[in-house]
Amino acid sequence: MEKEEKILLEIKNLRKYFPIKGIKGPGVQAVQDVSFYIKKGETLGLVGESGCGKTTLGRTILRLYEPTGGCITYDGVPIYDQPLGPDGKPLGKASAVNMLPYRRKMQIIFQDPSASLDPRMTVGEIIGEAIDIHKLAANKQERADMIKELLKKVGLNTEHANRYPHEFSGGQQQRVGIARALAVKPEFIVCDEPISALDVSIQSQVVNMLEDMQQEMGLTYLFIAHDLSVVRHISNRIGVMYLGSLVELGESYELNRHPIHPYTQTLLSAVPVPDPKLSRTRQRIVLEGDIPSPMNPPSGCRFHTRCPYAKEICSQKMPEFKEHEPGHWAACHLLDK
Amino acid sequence: MSQQNTDKKLLEVKDLRVSFFTPAGEVKAVGGISYDLNYGEVMGVVGESGSGKSQEAYSIMGLLQSPGKVIGGSITFEGQDVLSFSKEEMTAFRGNKVAMIFQNPMTCLNPVYTIGNQLVEALRAHDTAISKEEAEKRAMEMMEMVGINNVEKRMKQYPHEFSGGMRQRVMIAMGLICHPQLLIADEPTTALDVTIQAQILELMKALQKKTKMGIIFITHNLGVVADICDKVSVMYAGRIVEQGPVDDIFYQPAHPYTIGLLRSMPRVDAESYERLIPIEGTPVDMLNPPEGCPFAPRCEKCMKICLKKMPPYVEVGENHRSACWLRVQELMDKEEK
Repeated sequence: MEKEEKILLEIKNLRKYFPIKGIKGPGVQAVQDVSFYIKKGETLGLVGESGCGKTTLGRTILRLYEPTGGCITYDGVPIYDQPLGPDGKPLGKASAVNMLPYRRKMQIIFQDPSASLDPRMTVGEIIGEAIDIHKLAANKQERADMIKELLKKVGLNTEHANRYPHEFSGGQQQRVGIARALAVKPEFIVCDEPISALDVSIQSQVVNMLEDMQQEMGLTYLFIAHDLSVVRHISNRIGVMYLGSLVELGESYELNRHPIHPYTQTLLSAVPVPDPKLSRTRQRIVLEGDIPSPMNPPSGCRFHTRCPYAKEICSQKMPEFKEHEPGHWAACHLLDK
Repeated sequence: MSQQNTDKKLLEVKDLRVSFFTPAGEVKAVGGISYDLNYGEVMGVVGESGSGKSQEAYSIMGLLQSPGKVIGGSITFEGQDVLSFSKEEMTAFRGNKVAMIFQNPMTCLNPVYTIGNQLVEALRAHDTAISKEEAEKRAMEMMEMVGINNVEKRMKQYPHEFSGGMRQRVMIAMGLICHPQLLIADEPTTALDVTIQAQILELMKALQKKTKMGIIFITHNLGVVADICDKVSVMYAGRIVEQGPVDDIFYQPAHPYTIGLLRSMPRVDAESYERLIPIEGTPVDMLNPPEGCPFAPRCEKCMKICLKKMPPYVEVGENHRSACWLRVQELMDKEEK
C-alpha cells in the first residue's frame, strides 16, 4: 500500500465525556485526551477491549457525538476546536464548522449491518438517499446508474436494488452498508468493527473488498476492531486503547513484534493463535480482574490496577504519551529511564 | 492433555439427524453426524452460524426447541440411550450428568435472584436430600474454584453486579456444581474480550484437568480450538465434513472447507502483508440445500460427481476422516497401484 505523506486527519487531546443525570462530576470519561494523525491513503487500526472507547472515539471524530474538548483537523481545516486549559477546563467557546460538506468526505461503516439498514427501505433507496442529500446525481437516470455501479462494485447484483435488507445474508448486508458509505465518494471512512458480526468464511471476503476499494479510490481508513490479527493485517499503523486513552501507537508489524506497553503485550499474548503446537508452548500473560469503570477511572496510569509491573509512580502520575522509537509511541512510566 | 482414562467411551453419537419443520419446509439442521467422546477429552465443534453445531448439542441435552425434532440416529451416554429417556429421566440426566454453558451469560442468569440463590437452586434441584446450609457451603466452594474472590459478599449480589467475565465464571460454577461427566460449552467466550477470554480458557483447562470431565466446545474461533481441544469436528451445512485430532486438522487438513478456513485467516507469524485468500460464495441456504456435497458450490476443486452425490467418509489418517470426493479418488488411485 502506497501512501502519500500528507496528513488527512489530525486529532489533538480529543475528549468525550458522557454526563450522567443526577451524579456530579464529569460522568463517563469515554475518551480521554487522545491525539493522533492519519496520513492520506493509510489505514490506522484501533484496538482495545469493549468499553475502552474506541467506537466513541470513531464517532466523535465524525462529530456524530459532539466532542467535550480538543481539536479535530480535517484536511487542514479545524472542524472542531475547543482548547483546554491546564486544569482540563475548556477555554472559551468551541468553534465548529457546518458538517454537511464534510459528511460527504467522511463516512462510517457500522458493526451490525442488520441494525444499521432501515428495514422498510429497499437497498436502492438506502443507497439513493445518500446521493439525494448531497445532490450528487443530476437526474433520475444518473442516480439509478450510480446505484447500479455501486452494487456491482461491492459484489452484489444490480437486481438487488429492489430488495429489502432482510432478504440478504449478513455478509451481503454489510456489502450494502459499504455501498451506502461509498455512495457519496468519500475520502475517509471509519470502519467500526465491520467484520465482527460476520461468519469466518465471509470475513476475509469483506476484508479483501475493503482493501480493493482503498486501492481503487485512494481511501483512508480508521479501522476499529477487537480482533488483533485482522487489524494487523489491514492496518499500516495500530493504536491500542485502554479505558479511554491511547497507550501505544506504532507501525503494525513493528508493534506486533516489539510491543513496549505492558497492556499491548498482554493483549497480544491473549489472542488465541490457530496453531496448536504454538499455543501449547507459548507463554500467556493472563491479566487479573476486569477493566475498571470509565466513570471512575483509576488515578495515574489507568492500567496500573491490572498491570503486572506497576510501580508506585504509576498510581500517582499519568504517564506521558511520547515517541520512544521513531514512529513508535507509548505512554508508560516503565519506559522512562 | 492425555489422562489415564481417556480410552473409555463417555458419549457416542451415531448418525444423528435433526430437522426443523418450518412452514417453509423441512430444514435438515443436522444431517447425520457421528462421533465418540472419551472421558477427559475435549472435542471442538467448528462451523459457521447455521451449520447445526448448536442444534447437535441441544439434542444431547434434550433442549431442542419446537419445531425441531430428532428424526434419526442414536445418542448413547455411558451405555444409556439418551433419546429414549422419559421426561423425569431427562431432568435427572440434565445438570447431573451433562451440563451446558451458553454464549451469553447475562441472558442465562435470572436478574431478580441473587447469584447464591441460583447456585443453591441448581444444586438442590438434583440433590433433594442436601440441607440448605450444606448447599450454600458447596456453592461457595464452587465459586472459589472458578476464581471468584470475596465469595460471601458475592453470593448475595445480583447478576447485574457482575461483569461479563465474572458472569461466565458463575455459569461455569453452576454447570459444574453437580459434578457432571460431560460439559457442553456453546461459544462460552464469543461474547467476551480477548483478555477475559484468555482467563476463562485457562480456567476451563484447569478445571478439566482436575475433574477429568469430557467437554464439547462449540466455537467458530479456530484459535480457541487450537488452544483447548484434543480433537475437532468441522461442520458445514449440518454435516461433519472433517474430523480428527487437533494437530491433524491444523497441519494436514483434508477437506477443502477446512483448508479454506485456515487459509482465509491472517497468519499469526506473518512478518509482512499477505493478501487473504477467502472462501468465495455464501453459506448454504438450509431450506434448499444443494444436491450432492453441500460445499461443492463454493469449492474451488469441485468435480462433476460433487454436485450429484454426497461423498462418503474416508480415513485419511489415524482417527482422522474427511467427507470429500477428492479423498475418495486418492484412495482409489492408491488401491490401483
